[in-house]
Amino acid sequence: MTGNTTANGGRQADSIPANFILEANEILSHYPVSKRSASLPLIHLWQNHFGHIDPSGIEWIAAKLDLQPINIYELVTFYPWFRQTAPGKNIIRVCRTLSCALAGSKDLYEKFCETIGIDIEEARAHHGDGMPVSPDGNYSIEFVECLASCGSAPVCMVNDELHERVAPEDVPSLLSRSTSPAN
Amino acid sequence: MSCIHPAPHPKERRIIFGNLTQPGYAPDLKTYVAHGGYEQLRKALSMTPSAIIDAVKAANLRGRGGAGFPCGIKWSFIKQDDGKPHYLVVNGDESEPGTFKDRYILHEDPHQLIEGVAISSFALGVKLAYIYIRCEFPAAAKIVAAAIAEAKAAGFLGTNILGTGFSLDVFVHQGAGAYICGEETSLIESLEGKRPYPRIKPPYFPAVFGLYMNPTVVNNVETICHIPHILRLGPEEYAKMGTPGDGGTRTLCVSGDVQRPGAYELPAGAVTLRELLYDICGGPKPGRSFKAIIPGGSSAKVLRADEKIKRKVKGPDGTMLDQEIDVLDLVMDAASLAGAGTMIGSGGVIVMDDTRNMVETLNNLNLFYAHESCGQCTPCREGSLWMAKMSSRMLAGGGVENDPKKLKSIADNIAGRTVCAFGEAASWPTQSFLEKFPEEFAAIATKNK
Ligand SMILES: Cc1cc2nc3c(=O)[nH]c(=O)nc-3n(C[C@H](O)[C@H](O)[C@H](O)COP(=O)(O)O)c2cc1C
Ligand code: SF4
Ligand code: FES
Repeated sequence: MTGNTTANGGRQADSIPANFILEANEILSHYPVSKRSASLPLIHLWQNHFGHIDPSGIEWIAAKLDLQPINIYELVTFYPWFRQTAPGKNIIRVCRTLSCALAGSKDLYEKFCETIGIDIEEARAHHGDGMPVSPDGNYSIEFVECLASCGSAPVCMVNDELHERVAPEDVPSLLSRSTSPAN
Repeated sequence: MSCIHPAPHPKERRIIFGNLTQPGYAPDLKTYVAHGGYEQLRKALSMTPSAIIDAVKAANLRGRGGAGFPCGIKWSFIKQDDGKPHYLVVNGDESEPGTFKDRYILHEDPHQLIEGVAISSFALGVKLAYIYIRCEFPAAAKIVAAAIAEAKAAGFLGTNILGTGFSLDVFVHQGAGAYICGEETSLIESLEGKRPYPRIKPPYFPAVFGLYMNPTVVNNVETICHIPHILRLGPEEYAKMGTPGDGGTRTLCVSGDVQRPGAYELPAGAVTLRELLYDICGGPKPGRSFKAIIPGGSSAKVLRADEKIKRKVKGPDGTMLDQEIDVLDLVMDAASLAGAGTMIGSGGVIVMDDTRNMVETLNNLNLFYAHESCGQCTPCREGSLWMAKMSSRMLAGGGVENDPKKLKSIADNIAGRTVCAFGEAASWPTQSFLEKFPEEFAAIATKNK
C-alpha cells in the first residue's frame, strides 16, 4: 500500500480524538460473539470522520480488531462505498439503474457534472472506484445503482439526503439548498 | 417520501403500510403504542414458540425478499433444543432494482419491524438479532437504532422482556454499497466482517450453518413485519386475504412508464396485471402503449405486453386443460407468475412503453449485473461483463449478425453454473429479452450491413 496522507500531510491515525475511540468501543459492544464483525462499522466510522481510508486507518482498525491489515484492506477495496482518496466536500450520487434511466437520470447526471465543473467522461470512468473532484474541491459525483426509490425516479443523493423526481433544471437550486459552500 | 399515495386505491388493503400512511404518524414508540403497537409481542410471549411457528405456517406467509420461500417452513428448520445459539438477521439491503418498500418501513414505521423481530426471536429461540440496512439509507439506520433504544428503555427489548424472562439484543448493521450483500449468505459473510462472497450450497439454508456457523434465520424486512399482523388477525383470517399458497397482503412497487408509479399494498392475488397497470397505476402515459413488463425485480424474466400465456389449468371435472390468456390477465401472485415462466420475486414491477428500445433497456440491466457481480465465480464475473460489453457495443452501432446468438450462449453458460442465484439473476434478463424481442436484437445487430 502506498501512503495516502491527509490534507495537512499527516497520517490520519495521528489525530484520533477521544470521542472517536469511545464510538469505536461502543460499536465493538454490538458484536459480543466476534470482534471481526465490527470491521465494516469501523471502516464507516473512519471514513465518516476522516473523509477517506488511508493506510494508517487500515492498520488502526486491524489492530483494534486483532486482525491483519489485509483483512480490512480487502473490504475497503471490495465495497463501492469505501474510498482511499479524498472526495470533494459534498458528494452527489445519481442513480443509474433502469427506472431512473427511463426517467432521464443520464440528463440529470450530465447537468450535475456541467454545473459543478466535472468532465462527464472522467466521472463515468470512475463508476465504483474513487470519485472525481470538482476544481473548487467542493463536489464529487458518481453514478450509483438502484437507490430503492424507483417510483419517484429519477433520484439522487446529495450527501446523506435523498432527492426524488429531480429534473435537470432543479440542479442549481438543489445544490445551493443542500450543500455547504466552498471555503 | 412520496411513493405511497395518501389515499389508498379501493383494491388496496394496507396492513404493513397501515400505520405509516396515517396522517401525523411518527416513527416513535409513543405513536406506535397509541396505534396498538407491541400488543402482539405481549400476546406472543404468552404463547409457546412452536405455537407461533405453527401460526406462521398456517398463514401461508411467503418471504418477500425475492425467493418467496414459505416462512413458516424456513422457521421450522431451526431446532429449538439443539443447545446452540440461534440468530435472526433481518435483510434490509433492499437493492433489487425496481423494489422500494422496505425503505418506507425502515424510515417511517421502525417499531413495526422491531415488534416483528422480538416475536420472531422469541419463536426461534434467538437472543441476538441484527438488522442489516444498506448504507445508502443513512437516515434509516439512525431511525431504527433510535427505535431500538426506545423499545429497550420501555422493556420491549433487552433483558427480561415484559417480565417474562426472555432476553433479546438487537443491533443495526450497515452495508457498504454492494448489491450482492442482499443474497443471504453474502449478507452473513458481510456481517462477519469478511468479503461478502456468497457461500457454497448445500447447505441451502442458513438454518444449518448461518451467522458464526450457527443456526440462523434470514428474513426480509417486509416478511418480518407481517408476523405481528398474523397474530393480530389470526392465521386463518390472514391467510384468507391471499391465495391458497400465498397468504396475506403483498407490496407491489410499480415504476417506469406508467401514469401513477408507486408502492401499493394489495391482498396477494387480488389483482391482475391489467388491473394493476390500468386501474391502479392509471395506464400508460398519454399517447403511448405498454410494451414490456418486468414483474418481480430486475432479475425476473421480462414479459411482452402483447404476448399470450399458455398454461394448464384444472377443469371442472379435475382434468388438466390447456388455456391461453393475455399476459395482462395474469393474476399477481407467486404461482401465477411462476406459471408464466417468470416470478413475483420482490414485487418490483418495471414497465416500459412503446418508445423504449429493448436493447438499450437490457444494456442498462447488463451494466448493473456487471458492476455488482462479486467476482467469485468465473462464469458470472466474466460473463456478466462480457454481456454488458456486447450490448453496449451493439448500441454504439458496432453490432454483428452473430451477436444475439452469442449473447444467449453467454447467458446460458452462466445460469446454473455459479455459487449463488446472482448467476441466474444476471442471465435471465438477457435470455428473456432475446426470446421476447428477437426482432429488435436482430435489427440492431445487422444495422451496419
Ligand atoms: C443476488 C441476490 C440479491 C438479493 N437481494 C435481496 C435484498 O436486497 N433484500 C432481500 O430481502 N432479499 C434479497 N435476496 C434474497 C435473500 O437471499 C433471501 O432469500 C431473503 O432475504 C430471505 O428472506 P425472505 O424469506 O423473508 O424473503 C437476494 C438474493 C439474491 C440471490
Ligand atoms: S454467481 Fe456471481 S455474485 Fe454469486 S457468488 Fe458467483 S460471482 Fe459472486
Ligand atoms: S432505479 Fe433508481 S432508485 Fe431504483
